[in-house]
Amino acid sequence: MALTETSTPSIAAPRGGALSRWVSRHAAILLLGLILVLLPAVANEFLLDQIVGWSLALGMIALSLMFLAGYGGMVSLAQMTIAGVAGYMVAVLGASSLPTISLFWPWWVATPLAIAIAVVFGTLSGALSARTEGIYTIMITLAIAAAFFYLTLQNWPIFNGFNGFTTIPAPHFWGVNWRAPVPLYYLILFFAASSYGAVVYISRAPFGLALQGVRDNPRRMEAIGYNVAAHRVAAHAFAALIAAIGGVLLVWLNNQISPFSISFERVIDVLVIAVVGGLGHPIGAFVGAIIYVILRTFALDALLAVGLDGRRFQTIIGLGFLLIVLFSPDGVIGLWRRWSARLRANGGSRRL
Amino acid sequence: MTTAFGGDEAVAARGGALARWIARRPLAALVIAAAAALALWLILAPWPAGFEEWFGRKRLFVNALFNGVTLGGLYFLVAAGFTLIFGLMRNVNLAHGSLYLFGGYMGYEAADWTGSWLFSYIVAFICCAVVGVAMQILIFRRMEGEDLRQTLVTLGLAIIFSDLMVWVWGGNAIQIATPDYLNGPTPTPIVVAVKSSGEAVFLQYPRVRLVIFAAAVLIGVGMWLALHRTRIGVMIRAGVDDRDMLSALGYRVQILFALVFAFGAGLAGMAGIVGGTFQSISLGEDSHFLLASLQVVIVGGMGSIPGAALGALIMGCSEQFGLVYFQNYATMVTFLIMVLVLAIRPQGLLGRG
Repeated sequence: MALTETSTPSIAAPRGGALSRWVSRHAAILLLGLILVLLPAVANEFLLDQIVGWSLALGMIALSLMFLAGYGGMVSLAQMTIAGVAGYMVAVLGASSLPTISLFWPWWVATPLAIAIAVVFGTLSGALSARTEGIYTIMITLAIAAAFFYLTLQNWPIFNGFNGFTTIPAPHFWGVNWRAPVPLYYLILFFAASSYGAVVYISRAPFGLALQGVRDNPRRMEAIGYNVAAHRVAAHAFAALIAAIGGVLLVWLNNQISPFSISFERVIDVLVIAVVGGLGHPIGAFVGAIIYVILRTFALDALLAVGLDGRRFQTIIGLGFLLIVLFSPDGVIGLWRRWSARLRANGGSRRL
Repeated sequence: MTTAFGGDEAVAARGGALARWIARRPLAALVIAAAAALALWLILAPWPAGFEEWFGRKRLFVNALFNGVTLGGLYFLVAAGFTLIFGLMRNVNLAHGSLYLFGGYMGYEAADWTGSWLFSYIVAFICCAVVGVAMQILIFRRMEGEDLRQTLVTLGLAIIFSDLMVWVWGGNAIQIATPDYLNGPTPTPIVVAVKSSGEAVFLQYPRVRLVIFAAAVLIGVGMWLALHRTRIGVMIRAGVDDRDMLSALGYRVQILFALVFAFGAGLAGMAGIVGGTFQSISLGEDSHFLLASLQVVIVGGMGSIPGAALGALIMGCSEQFGLVYFQNYATMVTFLIMVLVLAIRPQGLLGRG
């Protein structure tokens, strides 16, 4: 769009045409955005924070994985861990219910520092896994995630071991109490939308295109003169930033963090969300997240209602994940694309 | 003891290459020899009082060493199958920990029914081997060459298996009883302390752990012999090197894949009983042992049996020493070793680049 604007600055009509074309092409996402912005007017606090807010924050962490896996071909299982590092650092540097550990620095020092530490952590683990190829990335990042989980479980001086931290309030600034449900919702929505926009933008920017080249054929990219390792590490750093912000928001939302927020199951959940949603498009991460959150919240009651054991929720998640991997590797997004394409083809033939 | 397991195999593989290696790298050989001598002194000699004051009791050190080495034997049993499956089929089997746990539970049931501890190993091996073959034939065969999809499928299976096992056996820890003939401590010729009367105190160590470690060494040596001295072993090694070529030469790789999957899964199942006897089996142990296997093969080298043995020893020892000497940061020791190996040799210590 930028290209048409600058090349035909004197003619007004094509500009308006471009704008309306842009609007119509992105109608779905704009409509979704409008609904999300207006949601607090109708929704109650539970729906706002525990369903939509949680989905958006979790979706950001899944989005960081989608960026790495979809555009970089690197399936990193350390994204939840990076989010966990940021979350823990917010609790350690900022305020919590544990005055013996927390440093109670002001939020505008603690939060950016926590995110910076998580980004450094993510970049370093990315650099470690970028030395190897393909399937090894999963193994190495999973091992990193496990090491951090067991560290938080064992370590009492910094991470308060088994118990973790509670009462980690979102800050109070610009006269707004961001801990209150509606401001917190808007805070999460703002960062989720920004990171979605950033991923969409970067996927078309030179860096994103080069990254996709690295994904498709690293040797050829190396031969044309691209620094393959640097592109991979930079992708990890960018993904870590999104995951870290998502992690801080998640901690403010849940008001606690413990080793079980970053355990093996939670690490796997992020991969499940990203794969079920679809690794082909950034929106897949959020689609997967909302499916996961709805299942997680209502599966117990739904299973009991049809006479099944409500505790078998994890089996449902596993089966759903297995079905998606076996029959629609591009996730729910892929299902939707194929379905709408078939619908369009059918409609066309009927008109003929 | 530390070098006997991984080292001897490597030495045997290279034959007279040892002398040449020393000639080529005199400095490295000297460092290794010095480290071995220091380790021998630490283990065998009674420690001077001043040294004990600074470093801690010798009993702690020797116990940590024995625990680490025997834990390494357990890790080897789990990781050997994992690394073999990965080397041959390029399949990162993330359900390997579930097979370990499943074997442990089946062994527990079998031991409970028949009262025979040894018989339970056969039951666990067969049960897990059947599950492994079913996975290979029903699922992985249909998506050959698609590494990532296979891995995701194993992940989905791991989620389902773990939930189903919670359903059947609940969340409580289960301990498999040690049979009477292996119960109790065994005296060892290692002096841990000298009484004021001048009488030496020898280390007493649980017999079952020593026996199981010996069994793990036997299995490791047996695997090495099978891989290097039998026809099927030659086929497996050829498959690890170049699967497509082996298949093009007319060998029935699908049968080979099913066999290796069955053996690797069965070994993990047997390890489940060992784990249930050493410690206990419970919810969460599946991910614990999956991650241990990952670390072992990352450090040792993927697809290499001697590498798995070396990696298992390093990981077992570092975990136990970490627990004794750096309580709050124990996992950081194993983690730092992994990072160090990845930074220096991304393919693992004995992996081929």
